[in-house]
Amino acid sequence: MFTGASQFALVGIIGAGGSPWAGAATAALVGTRNALYGVRLSSLLEVAGFRRVVASHFVIDEPTAMAIARDKPAESRFAFWATGVILFSLWNLGTLAGALATQVLPDPKALGFDAAPPAAFLALIAPRLRGREPLAIALGAAIVALVVLPFVPPGVPLLIVALLVVAVGLRPAR
Amino acid sequence: MSWAPLLVASAACYAIKLAGLSLPQRFLRDPRIQRTVPLLPVALLAALIATQTFATGTHLVLDARGAALAVAGVAVLLRAPFLVVVAAGAATAALVRLF
Repeated sequence: MFTGASQFALVGIIGAGGSPWAGAATAALVGTRNALYGVRLSSLLEVAGFRRVVASHFVIDEPTAMAIARDKPAESRFAFWATGVILFSLWNLGTLAGALATQVLPDPKALGFDAAPPAAFLALIAPRLRGREPLAIALGAAIVALVVLPFVPPGVPLLIVALLVVAVGLRPAR
Repeated sequence: MSWAPLLVASAACYAIKLAGLSLPQRFLRDPRIQRTVPLLPVALLAALIATQTFATGTHLVLDARGAALAVAGVAVLLRAPFLVVVAAGAATAALVRLF
């Protein structure tokens, strides 16, 4: 799995004592936006066969942003592959470093590490909150999750939120 | 921790990307899909922020993490860099627990 927000969501749910399957479902739902990036990129990249299999791995926020910011197709392709390869390498080295560091670190709560993921998520979604609808959706989602939380197993509040968003988003246009 | 959910989630996340590059353009260009999909990460991450900050297990709680989120929010409003926001949140929680 190489798509940061999904990885954070999966780890966050399991870490909070949620079902790994609820975490898996949430991770997949958080990753659905990558399909839209693929639609945007497919005409730019023009990859097929084995190259498409590899390129798919890099269809996430950053390479997409770098690719669509270029005017010439050749530059777009270079930006996509360069960003993808560099990000993939550094991201996974960072993950490995984090996994090894847990064995030498003291109590993560004393360092406030449990407060770090929410702060990181906030910084991640902040650029997407411009405008009234995303802000209302985000606040509504947070409230719904907290309201249902005492009554369902950990991780399930997020699935309820996802179903509501799909229901709201797919409703017939007025 | 069993590996099955991790492998299934990884396969799903990869399949979604491959589908984006492979599916006929018109399916994913449907205006309702275009409107709904960008809202999913916003809503799910907002819900995750709320549950990771104001809950322990299935109990609602208000503790040092609430203060940390407030400080992180101020940092975001001040357009602080990503790492500064994260560090400010963690440092706030650590400090509140210290006193």
